[in-house]
Amino acid sequence: MTEPRLIEISPVTRVEGHGKVTIHLDRDNNVDEARLHIVEFRGFERFIRGRLLWEVPVIVQRLCGICPVSHHLAAAKAMDRIVGVDELPPTAEKMRRLMHYGQVMQSHVLHFFHLSAPDLLFGFGAPAEKRNIFEVIKENPELGRRAVMMRKFGQKIIEATAGKKIHGTGAIPGGINRNLPVETRDRFLAQIEDMESWAQDALALARGYTLDHADLVSGFGAFPSSHMSLVRAEDGALDLYHGVLRAIDAEGKPLIDGLDYSDYHTVLTEDVRSWSYMKFPFINALGPDDGWYRVGPLSRMNTASFIDTPLANAAHTELRAVSDGLPNQTTLTTHWARMIEVLHCVEKIRDLLHDPDLQGTDLVAKGERRYEGVGVIEAPRGNLIHHYKVDENDQVTYCNLIVSTTHNNEGMNRAVKDVAVSHLSGQDTITEGMLNHIEVAIRAYDPCLSCATHALGQMPLQVELLDADGNCVDKALQAA
Amino acid sequence: MSDAAFTFTIDGVTITAEPGQSIMDAADAAGIYIPRLCDHEGLRHQGGCRVCTIKANGRSAAACTQPAAPDLVVENESEHINAMRRNLVEMLFHEGNHLCPICEASGNCELQAMAYRLGMTEPTKFPYLEPCRAVDASHPDIALDTNRCISCGRCIRASQDVDGKGIFGYVGRGIHRRVAVNGPDLAHTDAEVTDHAMSAEVCPVGCIIRKRVGFSTPIGEREFDGGLIGQDIERKRSQGKGQ
Repeated sequence: MTEPRLIEISPVTRVEGHGKVTIHLDRDNNVDEARLHIVEFRGFERFIRGRLLWEVPVIVQRLCGICPVSHHLAAAKAMDRIVGVDELPPTAEKMRRLMHYGQVMQSHVLHFFHLSAPDLLFGFGAPAEKRNIFEVIKENPELGRRAVMMRKFGQKIIEATAGKKIHGTGAIPGGINRNLPVETRDRFLAQIEDMESWAQDALALARGYTLDHADLVSGFGAFPSSHMSLVRAEDGALDLYHGVLRAIDAEGKPLIDGLDYSDYHTVLTEDVRSWSYMKFPFINALGPDDGWYRVGPLSRMNTASFIDTPLANAAHTELRAVSDGLPNQTTLTTHWARMIEVLHCVEKIRDLLHDPDLQGTDLVAKGERRYEGVGVIEAPRGNLIHHYKVDENDQVTYCNLIVSTTHNNEGMNRAVKDVAVSHLSGQDTITEGMLNHIEVAIRAYDPCLSCATHALGQMPLQVELLDADGNCVDKALQAA
Repeated sequence: MSDAAFTFTIDGVTITAEPGQSIMDAADAAGIYIPRLCDHEGLRHQGGCRVCTIKANGRSAAACTQPAAPDLVVENESEHINAMRRNLVEMLFHEGNHLCPICEASGNCELQAMAYRLGMTEPTKFPYLEPCRAVDASHPDIALDTNRCISCGRCIRASQDVDGKGIFGYVGRGIHRRVAVNGPDLAHTDAEVTDHAMSAEVCPVGCIIRKRVGFSTPIGEREFDGGLIGQDIERKRSQGKGQ
């Protein structure tokens, strides 16, 4: 029997942002508690106050360098409401959708190939020096090339719609500031067949991994939970840009359905805990203990009735069949869901590129001024809520942001604990491979821990053993 | 004084000037750009920002206020002078909150464009003062974010000399000097959005803001997306329209 210990993994690597994991071991080396801590404080909700409403979509996107488009569009949607616009001109709506599909595509590709593929291809316990994108490229040059080219395609779509690949200015309150020239459209159309083919191959890779490792998948960070996302208002289809809120419980029964997202605060509450800067949202009807839920690609597969593009819909049907139509509660199936969404985005981009509305010139609508607005979007990592109040001088007086990683806070903590229990309990010695198993569970949620720009995979991983009083008794460091 | 035109040189190029012209006026007409921030076409010269500092017969002078003279030898684009100009521009960044990534003037901002022209490719070496001044958004059509003000005084001259209103003026002394309005806030002045002082061309930065039009110009179509500040003047010479 040993003294109780506390293991700390800090920071977690190959995720966006900085976080750490603590694992409490009892005297028998069994996991007593495991937590994911978010150790950064950003403060956007506070310092946006006093700024002018049309600045907001440009300022808040600086939360993130990976998916700034999500914040840009969520804020723009909130500002649409504030400038009194409930329906955008078709060109504006479709340009924003094009921007968003390009964004989701590039973000998902980045995550799957650059961050997670090393784990999936080489194994969770493979040598640390093997687990990186360069080794993926070395082992499979064509796969690596496609990863780079697919991400580039998505980034180019963003550049064409927002003006820059990162932190553009396309969406403005009530509309968009540009359309898509024919010559730009034709450049994308020339590549769309390759993108569709490569997206199908990536989907086959993720699907194959999930089905070939069914035992691992079913026992790795798998636990029942509720799920929430936007779905299309008319028919419950997957809709990444706009819709109504739907939440289901662990059995798939509806908890929330058809809710105007402006009323999100009537069904959700944000709890706070002393050990993390990230809040813990829960569904009011189930209370703070049982009301937690998950968001993201797999949650969207669980909540959406279907997908309105044929190839992705067929894949969705197959994924749902694995869990007999019930919500899929595993963590690792998220990779399969993510690749279904990449294919969906490519199909959507293709359809939009053939739509002449993208060359329209009616870009901005106007309406009667309001003083409060909510914008919600399905970001790559899941549901994203922006809520603002603006005074008569056009200055922001209130801001509340619930980002995807916040929604997933409890889910990620559960996954960390589940994997810690299954891989660390009863172990005397910490190995690098053990640490990576826990990170693999976190990574599957593709968390953006600070929702900010940070180096990927360049941070050291530190594990500390502390006694029951919190004193450090041992330390292991995984070099950057 | 003779009314006859005369010649002098700028960086070895001989140009013609009319009596009464400043060095900058003559250089502009000849298609030679001398960097400037406080000077603006249609407003009286001020000589305040000193970014247009040149050396005339070896002595430093503000090109916007120094009269051109026969046989003057002017040094403009030397490494030494541009390094000094870059320091002046860096100090303007150090004094204010010039957050280009989130500023609606980005791409149209003369301070940002001047920094690019002068090769300021990284944050200033001077510690930021980080002023914390409340945005005055009281006016229905105009907002003032004086955190971005560089005290060029263009708005003061435009309001006094062109609009005949005197809405803006300097208050404070030394490092504390800044531009203020002649009322408790902008809404309590007789400022109108049609005033020349309120036009986008007068304020070189993102201090005087026309409400609800920010970011409506796409990236790629903004004033300086197409090239360096001053290229409109230099183009005259390259096209053979200068003297």
